[in-house]
Amino acid sequence: MYKAMIRIMPKKGILDPQGVAVGKALAALGYSSVNEVWVGKYMELLVAGDEPAQVELQVREMCSRLLSNPVIEDFSFELVEIGGRP
Amino acid sequence: MKFGVVVFPGSNCDADCYHVIQRVLAEPVEYIWHQQDSLSGCDCIILPGGFSYGDYLRTGAIARFSPVMEAVAAHARQGGLVIGICNGFQILLEAGLLPGAMLRNRDLKFHCQASWLRVERTDTPFTNRYQQGQIVNIPIAHGDGNYYADAETLAELEANRQVVFRYATAAGAVDATANPNGSVANIAGIVNRAGNVLGMMPHPERCAEAILGSEDGRLLFTSLLRWGKGGMSDGR
Repeated sequence: MYKAMIRIMPKKGILDPQGVAVGKALAALGYSSVNEVWVGKYMELLVAGDEPAQVELQVREMCSRLLSNPVIEDFSFELVEIGGRP
Repeated sequence: MKFGVVVFPGSNCDADCYHVIQRVLAEPVEYIWHQQDSLSGCDCIILPGGFSYGDYLRTGAIARFSPVMEAVAAHARQGGLVIGICNGFQILLEAGLLPGAMLRNRDLKFHCQASWLRVERTDTPFTNRYQQGQIVNIPIAHGDGNYYADAETLAELEANRQVVFRYATAAGAVDATANPNGSVANIAGIVNRAGNVLGMMPHPERCAEAILGSEDGRLLFTSLLRWGKGGMSDGR
């Protein structure tokens, strides 16, 4: 069993309206040191499997088919083996 | 012309579309549940507005994998007519039947308001009843209508004349003040390269009768009927 920790972020150069709004809120609170903010998504999946390479392939496919939209988002993930049976 | 209105869990403009086809156009229409894998012989498929699957993950991202969408894609590949309105447009983008993607509105607000559009093309099945450059009043209601395409895709859209509607001022100026959501090039609606699949954020079904304040949306539906009768090829 593996835990996939997936991070999805707006592609570089694409306007991220949420990030801009959060950045403005931080500025309003006086955090003038913040130059830019991007807001993305974080997901965790528990995936059955013994072969890490196989699991990685599957998770990559899930990310590009459904979990992210490659037109506007980039994804990255880490896999951690979870001991024992679920 | 037989119309099919696809119903996803969370669709909420399906009844409006059905009403316009049945009562305003007096044409045959039926609902197509998203679990169906056939389109019941419909000539024109409408993906209505709403919040399919609660807009979870991304707008349209989950609906795009509904069984019915394979049939819709096959229908589109064969040249069949498909219209995606609002959430329907978002589903078409996620499905790759139209290029680009939707971002959150630039100002993060949900915009439910009248909007003016400039008709950029009249040689399509969807717009042949409009005048070139006509300014029409068709309302919008969305939070994720900020159309995005990268520079290369945008250049292709323009080169192939795929932009059908742009947000404009009532006086007809296509500029930043007329853009409600931040869409690139003020894009409100596009067709695929073959011209048989239309996606648009504004709601023509909400303005097809005088009592609703505008009848400008009706022309989109009557355009389809004319196209169905071959009206575009015999000199309109």
